[in-house]
Amino acid sequence: MREFSQLEQRLLNEFQHGLPLTPEPFADIADQLGVYETTVLETLQRLQTEGVVSRVGAVFRPNRIGASTLAAIAVPETELQHVADIVSSFAEVNHNYEREHRFNLWFVAVAEDEQRLQCVLREIEASCGYKVLDLPLLNEYFIDLGFDLKWI
Amino acid sequence: MRADKPVDMTPIPCLQAALIRIISEGLPLVKRPYAAIAEQLNCSETAVINGIREIIASGDLKRFGVVVRHRKLGYRANGMVVWDLPDNRVTEIGHCIGQYSFVTLCYQRPRRLPEWRYNLFSMIHGRDRSAVTEQVEFIVQQCGLQGVEHEVLFSKRCFKQRGADYRNNRLPLPLEQPVNE
Repeated sequence: MREFSQLEQRLLNEFQHGLPLTPEPFADIADQLGVYETTVLETLQRLQTEGVVSRVGAVFRPNRIGASTLAAIAVPETELQHVADIVSSFAEVNHNYEREHRFNLWFVAVAEDEQRLQCVLREIEASCGYKVLDLPLLNEYFIDLGFDLKWI
Repeated sequence: MRADKPVDMTPIPCLQAALIRIISEGLPLVKRPYAAIAEQLNCSETAVINGIREIIASGDLKRFGVVVRHRKLGYRANGMVVWDLPDNRVTEIGHCIGQYSFVTLCYQRPRRLPEWRYNLFSMIHGRDRSAVTEQVEFIVQQCGLQGVEHEVLFSKRCFKQRGADYRNNRLPLPLEQPVNE
């Protein structure tokens, strides 16, 4: 990881929420930081090109539009890649990753409604031959003000 | 030229849907990003700003700003901490755990007995595994969770990661980024 300048650190840490809804939001940010607007824009463009910033935009809540769930499968280690490939092949699966646990394959599935979501989960079970744990969100307990980055 | 009479700024639904797509993908990094979006949607800059304001007011957004990728910033360890809490204390303890800035998600999910006993999920990002473990211990102390069964599931390989396909109307938008973002 490279070193980040003071300006980069502040852009990354202090503007994860509350982007100004004014005609020139980056000029407002520049004023707050005491730099030129072009510097803010160039810095954000660079951070985005490097992949440190995925975008300047919105993070939505899950389950507000359509239906989604977190699902898990316990797969023998030797079959993990194979089963993971099957799961990933579903268009409705948008995250699929390994975790250290007996339930070692975790994925997020989304569909336009609950009925279609349940269909997809059953299709996945049928395709891979393992039971799928369906763990939908029931309640959310945090206020997301972004992640407080600690610079070392 | 100034408008002589007040203009109805209520955005039409199709504008809202397009706006949701655009702000999910990210603003153009230009001097007047809302004007650039307006041009794309063939409406006014004010309609775009008001439209985004309305989306924010609807509560569908978690935040609107710079979206960072933790991994690229050196936060390589990601632990999903699952807790087996008494059902009548999930809300209280969920709020306790969710208040810390290093906790990036905190959700109640159903138990699936007998295979799965845990009913609260929290996500912790750290520079390494020991940082995550220390934060879990901190939560145990601060929220009085000594004796509560819990496990930390560290992430390993990522097989697939992408946002929703915004161009495909069948799939819903904006999803949780449970791992790396």
